[in-house]
Amino acid sequence: MISPGNGRPAEGSGQLIRIDHLVKTYLLGEVEVHALRGVSLQISQGEFVAIMGASGSGKSTFMNVLGCLDKPTKGTYRLDQIDVGQLTRDELARIRNRKIGFVFQGFNLLSRTTALENVELPLLYGSTSHRDRRWQAADALETVGLADRAHHYPSQLSGGQQQRVAIARALVNSPSIVLADEPTGNLDSRTSVEVMEVFQRLNDNGITIILVTHESDIAQFAKRQIVFRDGKVRADKANGSQKIASEAVREMPVIDDEGDE
Amino acid sequence: MRLTNTLLSAFRALRRNKMRSFLTMLGIIIGVSAVIAMLAIGQGAKYSVEQQISSLGTNVIVVLPGTQQTGGIRVAAGSATTLTADDALAIQKECPAVALVSPGTRAGGQVIAGSQNWSTGIEGTGADYLEIRKWKVEYGDFYTEQDIKTATKVCVLGKTVADNLFPDASPIDQTVRIRNVPFKVVGVLAKKGQNAMGQDQDDIILSPYTTVSRRLSWFTNLRQILVSATSSENIPIAQNQVAELLRMRHKIASYDADDFTIRNQADLATAATATTDILTILLASIASVSLLVGGIGIMNIMLVSVTERTREIGIRMSVGARSRDILTQFLIEALVLSLLGGTVGILLGVTGSRIISHVVKWPTIITAFSIVLSFGFSIGIGIFFGFYPARKAALLNPIEALRYE
Repeated sequence: MISPGNGRPAEGSGQLIRIDHLVKTYLLGEVEVHALRGVSLQISQGEFVAIMGASGSGKSTFMNVLGCLDKPTKGTYRLDQIDVGQLTRDELARIRNRKIGFVFQGFNLLSRTTALENVELPLLYGSTSHRDRRWQAADALETVGLADRAHHYPSQLSGGQQQRVAIARALVNSPSIVLADEPTGNLDSRTSVEVMEVFQRLNDNGITIILVTHESDIAQFAKRQIVFRDGKVRADKANGSQKIASEAVREMPVIDDEGDE
Repeated sequence: MRLTNTLLSAFRALRRNKMRSFLTMLGIIIGVSAVIAMLAIGQGAKYSVEQQISSLGTNVIVVLPGTQQTGGIRVAAGSATTLTADDALAIQKECPAVALVSPGTRAGGQVIAGSQNWSTGIEGTGADYLEIRKWKVEYGDFYTEQDIKTATKVCVLGKTVADNLFPDASPIDQTVRIRNVPFKVVGVLAKKGQNAMGQDQDDIILSPYTTVSRRLSWFTNLRQILVSATSSENIPIAQNQVAELLRMRHKIASYDADDFTIRNQADLATAATATTDILTILLASIASVSLLVGGIGIMNIMLVSVTERTREIGIRMSVGARSRDILTQFLIEALVLSLLGGTVGILLGVTGSRIISHVVKWPTIITAFSIVLSFGFSIGIGIFFGFYPARKAALLNPIEALRYE
């Protein structure tokens, strides 16, 4: 995959996300919080971007705008040439359904619902037929290596497995981007690397991945790193020394207790 | 999201909290079954009142003695003694819209036949009494105009009286002693059964009014005159003719009030059904209050459910559920609750009404209308009380919903 380097616009069809002078201000009680103070960047098809920054740097707000959960106060956000700021609530829901897959820190699976049904959830809000839903969901579960756990409930799965179910759910509608917000925040280091391995594999298959993390270890697995501070982009560089997760896992000691898997 | 999926997930959500769903439904169940049972009781009362009134006969007009007035104080209708047998004869002769007339008087007392005895009412009537009341003699004959003229000591027994006094033998041509006066039994009436108030209409003895007033009541004036009009359209005409005639005969000045009361069957029916209608409405409104309370129960539990599932709503929104999808989901859940409750309530209401009929012997009638009404009510309640919580869920901000702990 081609990395565009220092955030220079990549012309042509490869350009997926184009953000210009993005400002997000919201009211916290009486106080105006300037979460984003003018962010401009582009992300192309097939990139693997890590967004880093301390808490309060604006990276979560940025992620919400990117995920069409929130609209910018000023500036423009174009996703696939569509100006997201102009869309209605329902149109945003449709974009989330078709073009974006979310992976959260707390997994956010429906607890009394099997893995397979959790993965099916986005398809319920589209126009997929019942039969297609079943095999698409099963397919996505297989991609993350959990085909044999399809009928388990989240409570019967380890943290790593739950996160992989969440990744399968993010993938099931073949989105343009997978947005992961601190996906390894609740996982031990070995499981974290295993999850990163899944992301890298997806990225190798051409899926754009944007990952928010404050751990630089995790950011090492991305191809490009963007650092936020005080609502602005402070650094945006290609990661010259991208670590390969599958290799990293092999070097890690196996933690031998009754924890995961 | 398709309806079948929404329905399925609604059922699943309700199954998750079985006890809570059941208790919520209980409000609707009780409300709906109360409405059904109350309407059934009201309709049953109305029906039996109508039955009773039609059992009076057809085109019947009842003339009662008027209110007694003592220094301007009126006592109940029938308290005066203004009607005479001559009035009855005059009505028969001079009112063209009148078909039949039966003068009436009444007595009560013990009746003895051999070793059996029975206490009952004795109705003194004219010869056309059965014709007016559309009643029939089962065995034997009815007494004749001649018997009435000569005040013969004959009587016709009601079925109940006959069964009790003559358990084994035929009562025809036997003698019964009514208050120690011997009467010959000439006939037995066909069974008529209970009237609306549960009174046994067959617990009666009929005898010429002349005989009853001379031998049993020592009361020469009439208690009532039963009149039948020539047709139902002629009822008001007959009523006017009778009134005019009686005013003339009783020499009532034009500025004075009648000393008699005339009632026709339609008046009685209207008055009685109006009363039972009010009763029905009253019962049903009290019952619908419980339905309303049930609806509030649904709203309450749906609000709790929305709060509890805020995170789930956030997740659904993040994967592409529109506000409308969330709204439908919660609305359908409320609707499923109220419809299930409504269905169970209807079954319970129908069974309950049957039990009331059996145990308390009240007539109950379940109309299709009452079932449709309460079913419609439960749908309405589901939508009405489900809408606010569903809307609250649908308008949640996805980011805040996702962060909700």
